Amino acid sequence: MPSRDITEDRHDADPRPRDITDMSSDSAPQPDKAHGGHDNRPPHLAHHFETPKQQFESGKLGMWLFLATEILMFGGLFCAYAIYRGNHQDVFLYGYGALDKMWGATNTVVLLASSLTMAWAVRAAQKGQQKLLIAMLVATFMGGVGFMGIKAVEYKAKYDHNLFPGQQFNAFYYESGKPKYPEKLAHAIEYIDGRNAGRGGASHGTDGQGGEHSDAAPAPGEGQVLQGAGHQQAEADAQAPAAVIVTASFAPPADVTNLAPPASPADAGVLDSAIDHAGVVQTPHAGHTQILWEDLSQTERGKVHIFFEIYFLMTGLHGLHVLIGMGLIGWLILKARARTFGKEYFTPVDVIGLYWHLVDLIWIFLFPLLYLIH
Amino acid sequence: MSVIQDPVNSGVYSGQDQPGGTNYINHSKGVMSWLLTLDHKRIGLMYMVSVLSAFALGGTFAIILRTMLFTHSSPENPISDSGQELYNQMFTLHGAVLVFMFIIPAVPAILGNMILPLMLGAKDVAFPRLNLLSWYCYIVGGLFFLFVLLSGGLDTGWTFYTPYSTSTSTSVAAATLGAFVLGFSSILTGLNFIATIHMLRPPGMGWFQLPLFLWALYATSLIQVLATPVLAITLLLLLAEKVLHIGIFDPALGGDPVLFQHFFWFYSHPAVYIMILPAMGIISELISTFSRRHIFGYSFIAFSSIAIALLGFLVWGHHMYTSGQSGMANAVFSLITFSVAIPSAIKIFNWLATMYKGSISLATPMLYALAFIWLFTIGGLTGVFLGSLALNIHAHDTYFVVAHFHYVMVGSMMTAFLGGMYYWWPKMFGKMYNEPVAKVAWFLIFAGFNLTFFIQFIAGSQGMPRRYADYLPEYAFFHKFSTVGSYVLAAGLVLVLLNWIHALLKGKKAPQNPWGSNTLEWHTSSPPPHENFAETPTVSDPYVMGAWDYDESIDGYVHNPQKAQELAQQGHH
Ligand SMILES: [Cu+2]
Repeated sequence: MPSRDITEDRHDADPRPRDITDMSSDSAPQPDKAHGGHDNRPPHLAHHFETPKQQFESGKLGMWLFLATEILMFGGLFCAYAIYRGNHQDVFLYGYGALDKMWGATNTVVLLASSLTMAWAVRAAQKGQQKLLIAMLVATFMGGVGFMGIKAVEYKAKYDHNLFPGQQFNAFYYESGKPKYPEKLAHAIEYIDGRNAGRGGASHGTDGQGGEHSDAAPAPGEGQVLQGAGHQQAEADAQAPAAVIVTASFAPPADVTNLAPPASPADAGVLDSAIDHAGVVQTPHAGHTQILWEDLSQTERGKVHIFFEIYFLMTGLHGLHVLIGMGLIGWLILKARARTFGKEYFTPVDVIGLYWHLVDLIWIFLFPLLYLIH
Repeated sequence: MSVIQDPVNSGVYSGQDQPGGTNYINHSKGVMSWLLTLDHKRIGLMYMVSVLSAFALGGTFAIILRTMLFTHSSPENPISDSGQELYNQMFTLHGAVLVFMFIIPAVPAILGNMILPLMLGAKDVAFPRLNLLSWYCYIVGGLFFLFVLLSGGLDTGWTFYTPYSTSTSTSVAAATLGAFVLGFSSILTGLNFIATIHMLRPPGMGWFQLPLFLWALYATSLIQVLATPVLAITLLLLLAEKVLHIGIFDPALGGDPVLFQHFFWFYSHPAVYIMILPAMGIISELISTFSRRHIFGYSFIAFSSIAIALLGFLVWGHHMYTSGQSGMANAVFSLITFSVAIPSAIKIFNWLATMYKGSISLATPMLYALAFIWLFTIGGLTGVFLGSLALNIHAHDTYFVVAHFHYVMVGSMMTAFLGGMYYWWPKMFGKMYNEPVAKVAWFLIFAGFNLTFFIQFIAGSQGMPRRYADYLPEYAFFHKFSTVGSYVLAAGLVLVLLNWIHALLKGKKAPQNPWGSNTLEWHTSSPPPHENFAETPTVSDPYVMGAWDYDESIDGYVHNPQKAQELAQQGHH
């Protein structure tokens, strides 16, 4: 069909029978073009396409299909998330306490801004504004840098508190009903309980200040104030609340036991869910649920690490996509500096833009699901 | 179906070579001209060599395991532990290699790559670079499996069920990575085909003038694009479970092993249709061509492909009736499973109706098509048996299941693939094969296949469990019989290979159109030139073959423009 000037209607070829006279002119052979007389073809038009428009639309369709595969791939993880979230509510309510809402929100803003600059870059490419294009691509790239930087800070905090994925790095592993790393566990519980206690206080108007930015355990006394009356923890030594719970729920090594004797033998049993602690766990205000280690049943305690695995798989796979996107945008910057793009040819900017928006979109789902649940 | 396009013929289809005699095979020379080629036909050939190598490897494993099953243990002669381990490795590698490296890629990656752009009168697929990348993904995935083979093997079965797969010491991680990379190869092919069929159709070829092979490839590609990513994430999760012990599937760590089964079958049931749909597309072409009749019920066949693809996403639970999922889930999955039989039967009936009163020629491709109908009917109907809850509980994990899916995945898919290979062989290589030898090989394959697998239905219904290295003496007859059958099947396949090699080396020169079919790939020389068509082919109803006259001197068909015009005019009324 090289002889045919192919326009948009080509792709929706009329299913009705064609008029013969119509066709005869279409199919008049023009052998010089049939063998790929590429002379008057735009330089970016691949040999197997007839028009730049066809090539552009193919590229876009290809990218949309690729994005469909991405959505399904992440869909598997979202599905895993939904199943564990549905089956182990309290585990998620407990585990998310380790995440930092402020960093998450900041990253959301950073990514949204980079989506804006990306869209702007596409427009600049379409209009042939070379300098603006490069500026916007660089801004988008920097958005990626910012996002990954913040992610690195967050991951570092998880690593420091033994909340990393993997048996060696996560404090919440159990082995035949006993914690694998009692000391690490005590520390991690202290960390998360402190933050969760803070969050529970959110309904009192402090909005979780206690937990948000500190890697340290809550200051003595703070926990007491925020945890509310009637809570076991409030009576315990605020400096070692975790140790209390550890001892209460399973037999730790002797040294841990010595640190803090059991606060209440009643806690050693299976405390199934927040319901068992009605009035203790559920703060009556604003629907916030405050889950502490002692509120988790024995089975659920063994599953807390899965929250972190899912968190890391989801944000890790997403982060990998951000990195790939940054690589692609870096490539676009190089190409744009060589003045490759213009009104006639901007397909790569456009389709990589689509990809970047999807990466942004996935984060828009990840952020509330992981950071804002309650 | 409303038919018919442009009758006016612009080119002269003489069956003669291109001027200068160059074609895509000798267009450029040197290893690099192949390894860096963007030509869909060369990529198809590279796929052919690699996929057939995998087929030979997986087939060898099959013969080894059947040979091991020829005998069973007795108190005097017990089966050794190492023997059992070897058996576990053999049936696992047999399944994994053949599923991921032969059955899934064979038709789309070899014949689809080769033929799809030609059928569209296009110069290439939409994304030639991705096409080449998909081949490299295939090779890398294959290297992972090779590594598995040399580094402790794999004994999980091709399904990688947890928790065994996360606790065995065999190379699950490498196999998982291999399947992951192979998945990308499959995704890239599917993505490319969808974009190509959307964007590169020639003027005058609407959706309902597409050859049915392309409808089938389109439906297949939808599954490849929509289901494979779920396998990818499943395998990543499995890998994370294996390496980091994340605990999502491992009950010892708080995970849920049945979740793995859900994830796995969400891909792997649709994958069955990745295997069978393109095969059905081939059969539609073969039945029409060799009955010399217009395909019957074009739009029914076209839509049934899409229906199978979509329904295929909703039936995965039929692999898990005994996993403890709820009775309600079982019933729903069973019902939807039954419903897949409807579009499948639509195809069968339309093929039979096409043959009715046709002028049937029993050339080798047609013999394979007939074998397909036979084998697929058995495979499909036993699938309905297994879809019913009560029988499934009885037959679950028995040889009945083994026989069923071999009838579909091997009997049907493989015969369609071989039929397609024979059908397009003259186009791909410009050489004819030896017809009598091809027919003998066909007979050995058809007979050998049925000997091997039909008796497994009986063994299974008598309670012979699958995946066992040993069995009770009462099953000895079934196993011995089946093993002998597999040797016949293997002999037939070796004969096919010899037949093909002979055709390449000594085959008679093929005419442009040895079969008289009217799809566009027959409107160019055999083999086609580098850019596919010297002259722009004219689109017309792919199943109206009247414009092709038989020419004895070239033992092939020659296009008659006059007749084409007349036929097109008739088509208007
Ligand atoms: Cu199935």
